[in-house]
Amino acid sequence: MTDHDHALSGAYAVDALDADERARFEAHLTTCADCRAEVDSLREAAALLGADDVVAPPPSLRDDILAGIDRIRPLPPVTGTVTPLRRRHRLPLLMSAAAAVVLLLGVGLAWLRPWHDEQPARLTAAERILAAPDATRLEKSFPDGSRATVVLSRSEGKALIRTKAMALAPAGKAYELWLQTPAGVMEPAGLMPDQPDTTYVLKGDATDATGIGITVEPDGGSPQPTSAPIALFALDS
Amino acid sequence: MDPVPGEPAGAPQGAPAGLGTDLGPLLNRAARGDKAAFADLYDATASRVHGLALRVVRDPAQAEEVTQEVYLEVWRQASRYDAARGSALAWLMTITHRKAVDRVRSAEAATRRDLAYEQTNRTVEHDTTAEAAHAGLEARRVRAAMAQLTDVQREAIELAYFGGYSHTEVAALLDLPVGTAKTRIRDGLIRLRDTIGVGR
Repeated sequence: MTDHDHALSGAYAVDALDADERARFEAHLTTCADCRAEVDSLREAAALLGADDVVAPPPSLRDDILAGIDRIRPLPPVTGTVTPLRRRHRLPLLMSAAAAVVLLLGVGLAWLRPWHDEQPARLTAAERILAAPDATRLEKSFPDGSRATVVLSRSEGKALIRTKAMALAPAGKAYELWLQTPAGVMEPAGLMPDQPDTTYVLKGDATDATGIGITVEPDGGSPQPTSAPIALFALDS
Repeated sequence: MDPVPGEPAGAPQGAPAGLGTDLGPLLNRAARGDKAAFADLYDATASRVHGLALRVVRDPAQAEEVTQEVYLEVWRQASRYDAARGSALAWLMTITHRKAVDRVRSAEAATRRDLAYEQTNRTVEHDTTAEAAHAGLEARRVRAAMAQLTDVQREAIELAYFGGYSHTEVAALLDLPVGTAKTRIRDGLIRLRDTIGVGR
């Protein structure tokens, strides 16, 4: 990447990038050890900026939190070494096809082991979408403060969704994603990982999709939506 | 509660109370499901986390929500803390800041906030525990380090960190050419880091 990207390390460390820049810089971080180290060190400095702001929360909050953690299972550690990705700019067509198969496998595996947040294969798929010259972004905020962003690349034929502070699906339920076809049919595009903050590459071909929907479905998903979407992103053709 | 002396002269840096506590081992135990360790971690850091959340989002009710989100996230993600990448405090404050900023930005979609940055506006109820005393020492070091920055560096960092503004918004607020604010923020943070002597 260029010097331009390295210069974003400080703004990233203090969360001063917009959602798009943040996504791109995070993709950059997966390949740039220098930037990772710099961001880490700048965060150490930033963490002290609030040293003057010491305000005890009400005691009831402590009780709420300690009661709240009973319902949350701590994630297991990330095991295995995640090797830094090598940037691949332009793959020959045949290689792309092979890579696509690997990507699908990767997504499938990530799917079986959703706690592996940082599956290299999935990052690569996401990175390709984010880096695509025709990547377009749609964002929705929900009343509870959560946020979902869809990034679509028609040239890649893929879309991804990023969520922030998304409430987990109710017990026994899952968020299912849908790609709307020009004929108005909702094709299943996978289940969102059950995490508040996540990036997920939608299954299926988004080349001609006219919309992306999210519905609440029974665990394991449904072949077609059984409820009204909680969010619907209309895509420009 | 005993009043905290204004100048705890001679107190060692890294005093045992409050944030002087080594947080890493508490996080590691919390990752294994140790609720007592998590409660200790909470007690050692809650005033800092909440203080930052309040400073950024300003609304006390929302700040409490942010603080709660932070600790639930910390409980869930404790195993992902990697001591090789930095201190537990930095990890915690990074999560806090991200959540606080995300909160003000999403709130902004509904009600665009007044772009005037009113630092005078903050009324914080300072707490008088040993934690506060320790933080007071640290705060003086930080203030001294901030004084070493250029005015533009300092303002850019404060607008970004406490105001929750993006670097493009910071550039507009400070009448800087677009693209300059990010450089000021980075240069300022590097100087701050090197003056305080944290990180690499």
